Amino acid sequence: MITSEAHRASRRRTVRLFELAGLLATCVGLVVLAVLVVDVFGDGLPRLSWQFLTSYPSRKPEDAGILAALVGSLWLLVLTALVAFPIGVGAAIYLEEYSTQGRLQRVIEINIANLAGVPSIIYGLLGLELFVRIMRPITGGRSVLAGALTMALLVMPIVIIAAREALRAVADSQRQAAYALGATRWQVTSRVVVPAALPGILTGTILALSRAVGETAPLITMGALTYVAFLPDLSLAGLQSPFTVLPIQIFNWVSRPQPGFHVNAAAGIVVLLVVLLLMNATAIILRNRYQRRT
Amino acid sequence: MEAPVTEPRPDPAYSATMTAHPPLTLRPPRRAVAAGAAVARARRERLIHIALAFCGIVSILTTAGIVLVLLFETIEFFREVPLWRFLTDLEWTPLFADKKFGVIVLASATFLTSVIALVVAIPVGLMSAIYLSEVAPRRVRGVVKPLLEVLAGVPTVVYGYFALLFVTPLLQRVYPDISGFNALSAGLVMGVMIIPLVVSLSEDALFAVPQNLRDGAYALGATRLQVATRVVVPAALSGVVASFILAVSRAVGETMIVAIAAGQSPNLTLNPFVPVETMTAYIVQVSLGDTPTGTLEFKTIFVVGMTLFLLTLGLNTLSHRLVRRFRERYE
Repeated sequence: MITSEAHRASRRRTVRLFELAGLLATCVGLVVLAVLVVDVFGDGLPRLSWQFLTSYPSRKPEDAGILAALVGSLWLLVLTALVAFPIGVGAAIYLEEYSTQGRLQRVIEINIANLAGVPSIIYGLLGLELFVRIMRPITGGRSVLAGALTMALLVMPIVIIAAREALRAVADSQRQAAYALGATRWQVTSRVVVPAALPGILTGTILALSRAVGETAPLITMGALTYVAFLPDLSLAGLQSPFTVLPIQIFNWVSRPQPGFHVNAAAGIVVLLVVLLLMNATAIILRNRYQRRT
Repeated sequence: MEAPVTEPRPDPAYSATMTAHPPLTLRPPRRAVAAGAAVARARRERLIHIALAFCGIVSILTTAGIVLVLLFETIEFFREVPLWRFLTDLEWTPLFADKKFGVIVLASATFLTSVIALVVAIPVGLMSAIYLSEVAPRRVRGVVKPLLEVLAGVPTVVYGYFALLFVTPLLQRVYPDISGFNALSAGLVMGVMIIPLVVSLSEDALFAVPQNLRDGAYALGATRLQVATRVVVPAALSGVVASFILAVSRAVGETMIVAIAAGQSPNLTLNPFVPVETMTAYIVQVSLGDTPTGTLEFKTIFVVGMTLFLLTLGLNTLSHRLVRRFRERYE
């Protein structure tokens, strides 16, 4: 077949157009991300001050601050980690090191894949019924403990999936060597496999927790407050106190008509994004150190 | 000393041998272990095994909890409101004196915002996936993929702020009749939020297409465009479609963007310029109020939740099936 020069040129033009379209499509998301960041920082950065970080919410936007929300978010983060980390890693160890490809393992695996796709607001409904109503004597109702348990269930599938990947990456020769020395399965797991996989597990857990920090819908659904003018006690009783978190405070301010509160929302978003950035940076540093060693 | 040659672990076989010959009975050499100590050790091992299995079972309990909670309240609800009214009423007014429960009102809003999101996310996402997999140099791929992950990691409440206070005013400048709350702005921003999901999953599917298919097409004189659109995309179709379906599921379940930017007025309309209320936004609206537990209004959020759960479960299952079929073909 003979292609004419003109035909060849037109073909080349079409291909060039196609490549350009692909490049443009790839840029759409990145451009929006840039516009979003510039917009939010432009609105919010001037509002950021020590006063903003250390004040309780107020009816006057210029007096309001995010102290209760920030402390609430950190409190929730720590509690969620305390619940989700051991159970999630335990489940991952079970699936990778212990279970025997039986029916239980298959059911758990399908189940985790499905749970990861359940909309987060549904977890809020579960938390509302299970932790707020049925377990009220323990959790004290719409408390930070009930919120943390809800969040723990929400991030558990992500922790399990990440921890399994980290465990799978441990070289099998290490397990064999430990077994050859007469170690029991738990000794192999706890002294050889888990220490080797720990950086990977921690990276995955931090990324999962950073999702919990940004979540709003399930906590609103389980009934976290939108107006909190006190700090929870750092005690067992404090676990049962009502709470709010940064995303809910932001949502509350966005929903109000006054522009002053919108500026507060933008400043709150700046703080939230900085917190997330710090968490992600920690995860990346951990991952890099780990990669260098192996 | 040479390292023993071990094969990379084929999971099932390995676990099978490990159970067939549990190393629990091995005793450390050169140390006399009393029979009692060995028994204690075996017992401890068994306890740990059970504890770990329990951790795995927590995830099953979570699913069971979700299903039971939703089912319980849903049954309670349908004792008071007949199913056919739920499905056929054309109004949604559970908070008024004259209560109507036409879920179609909320479903139409969810449908509208999702369609707008998909109109953005699917073409842009697929185009971008083709570009990253078939055209872009490896280095560009290495830079763009982590950036898209950042886009996916932005909390949805931030997107809500952006939709309400940046995109809506922008749209109003072009078309002044548009309402302050509208499905268009929420849908557009939700579309951008979903782009990374479509790109990442479609790109995986395209990248997995065997190179010899591409080489064959190039040998016949096809251009890069022809190879991409007539060979690679059709070959990866089930994987690509799976990513679209997952995008639908994500859009249907998304809450904060629509709750903030699309409004909380249950209107039965497909007009993208007026306020609407999606299923998820309704749950948020009721949760923010002081609805006493046990009332009919309280039960409605679980009924809407059940609808949402079944919808996303169906979509996710379909998507997983498609991915599995795709894998079977090429792996």
